[in-house]
Amino acid sequence: MLNEGRFDLLARAPLLKRMLQARAFQPALMLATLAVFTLAILTGLAGTPAGSRNFGIIFVWIVWWALLIVVLVPFFGRFWCTVCPVPAPGEWLQRRAIVQRGPARPWTRGLRWSRRLKNMWLQNLGFLGVAVFSTIILTRPNVSALVLLGFLLAGVVLSALYKNRVFCRYVCPVGGFIGLYSLLSPVELRVADPDVCADHKTKDCITGNEAGYGCPWMVFPGNLTRNVYCGLCFECLKTCPKNNIVLNLRPFGSDLMVAKERRLDEAYKAFIMLGCALLYSVVLLGPWGWLKGWANMESLPHWGLYALGFVAFNLALLPGFFWLAVWGARRMTPARQPMRRLFVDYAYTLIPLGLAAWIAFSVGFVLVNGSYALSVLSDPFGWGWNLFGTADAAWTPLGATLIPFLQVGILTAGLLLALNTAYKIARQHHAHHRPAFLAALPVSGFALITTLGFLRLYLG
Amino acid sequence: MTRPPSPLSMRPRPIWVLFGLVTFAVLVAPLPGAAGAATREIALDATQFEFAPGRVHVNRGDRVVITLTASDVVHGFYLDGYGLERRVEPGITEQIAFTADKPGKFRFRCAVSCGPLHPFMIGELIVERNTPYWRAVGVVLVAAAGMLVHLWQSGKTRSSQEVINGTG
Repeated sequence: MLNEGRFDLLARAPLLKRMLQARAFQPALMLATLAVFTLAILTGLAGTPAGSRNFGIIFVWIVWWALLIVVLVPFFGRFWCTVCPVPAPGEWLQRRAIVQRGPARPWTRGLRWSRRLKNMWLQNLGFLGVAVFSTIILTRPNVSALVLLGFLLAGVVLSALYKNRVFCRYVCPVGGFIGLYSLLSPVELRVADPDVCADHKTKDCITGNEAGYGCPWMVFPGNLTRNVYCGLCFECLKTCPKNNIVLNLRPFGSDLMVAKERRLDEAYKAFIMLGCALLYSVVLLGPWGWLKGWANMESLPHWGLYALGFVAFNLALLPGFFWLAVWGARRMTPARQPMRRLFVDYAYTLIPLGLAAWIAFSVGFVLVNGSYALSVLSDPFGWGWNLFGTADAAWTPLGATLIPFLQVGILTAGLLLALNTAYKIARQHHAHHRPAFLAALPVSGFALITTLGFLRLYLG
Repeated sequence: MTRPPSPLSMRPRPIWVLFGLVTFAVLVAPLPGAAGAATREIALDATQFEFAPGRVHVNRGDRVVITLTASDVVHGFYLDGYGLERRVEPGITEQIAFTADKPGKFRFRCAVSCGPLHPFMIGELIVERNTPYWRAVGVVLVAAAGMLVHLWQSGKTRSSQEVINGTG
């Protein structure tokens, strides 16, 4: 039953509700992040080319990334999308307003987004596209700045052409994985009673009213059963005249069991994320200099091979091995369900595993390199400034001894959640315990081998 | 009217006691040691953006003497876990000596900004036997086995709906 076992934060914290309902709440946070984002672009373009001395590199790829993957996504789901600066200029232009409700007619061509693209495939390809160039993007301030600027321009252009947040919903490579991993988060926005929405004639949450806009994410809250596409903009909280919107605390991973909305594009997002975490651990944190050279485009043919291998691993090899595991799961029991259905469903097992892998990978370089943040805070361009007296702070690797233990704990937690998810998904396919347990074993084996692979890379 | 037993007053099932003991054993049991200690001399060259050799194996208790060179620009050497740090300039050889008294895998990193991939210029020192790694493998295997036993036991008496909702 909807909202069973949930803790309604808005009912218990009226102040939080008032804050989220305030029109200034989101723009204020977006303005703050936009200021930091603009500084990251400016320092990237005009600052020192030394990444470890450039605000754009350190604050985007270490500080922001750590905040996103270690704190925001696991515990607050899509909260980053609430404050993200990327869609802000486009959205404000489209609305011709920042804080108050703008004119009813948005400034946009109002083109229709193709039905074929109403999925995560563009986000999957976009993420892979960024990922194959990531060694360059993460280490060259000017390239990093151009990528950020590209995101910003794409947001503006798409807002001018299409209504609402088409960029966030269908294009943003970061939004894709945040959405997928927000299935795990213990926070959800839902309606208190779906019948109230069904009976409500005007559907203000879609059309908007004087209190706010219709959902920019093109989601009807009355049907919301998962976090993936709700961008936590809280417009529905402002517009709902029935006071029917709730913000719940819930157990981790609750959305993983919503079977009816599982899709191949999301399954592939899970493969790509897990695959990239594995490959980054090999390329960036491993001791193989020749591989770093290939990824660093030291020669174009070698980079071509690297890119081909990178894409093939994510799109074919990893899903191929997983397909074999699912095939094994299908053979374990007499009931023969469609292979594609099983493949898509069991792929959701990899979501907790993938998030754990990303956190484990990230702590491996964020703690070690985090101290650079102090020096770039005082000298963001690397021009010899010393704004806060910390420009000469020495590089101090933190927790170098602790990191392997953290990684083991994080990976083990991800594995246990994955095994639990595999069994629960199997129970959705098999009413009885024994066949479900047997069917879950090959997928569990896949998750275990993957975890042992990460352990080998980090500790072996 | 009977009250449901408090979770605190319930006795742990023997199977969980067993898993607890196995986990404890995995964490503390003495593992076979490596061969006897010796002096290991290692020539390590730093170049953008790798160390050669990238992986170095020694035994616990070995006296390790690293002869560090840089073949292109100024580099650094920082050894995780041991906290050793040194700067090396091209044409000048640096020597670092220490006793490898902690087992495990320790990354050594460039400690002087040397170019774009500087933060990822990493090598590995493996001090055998790499007991932290084998204990980690043991912990993961025991945890996975424990989860499977839990799923097997708890799933037997519950309906699919109860399993999926985490109730019952």
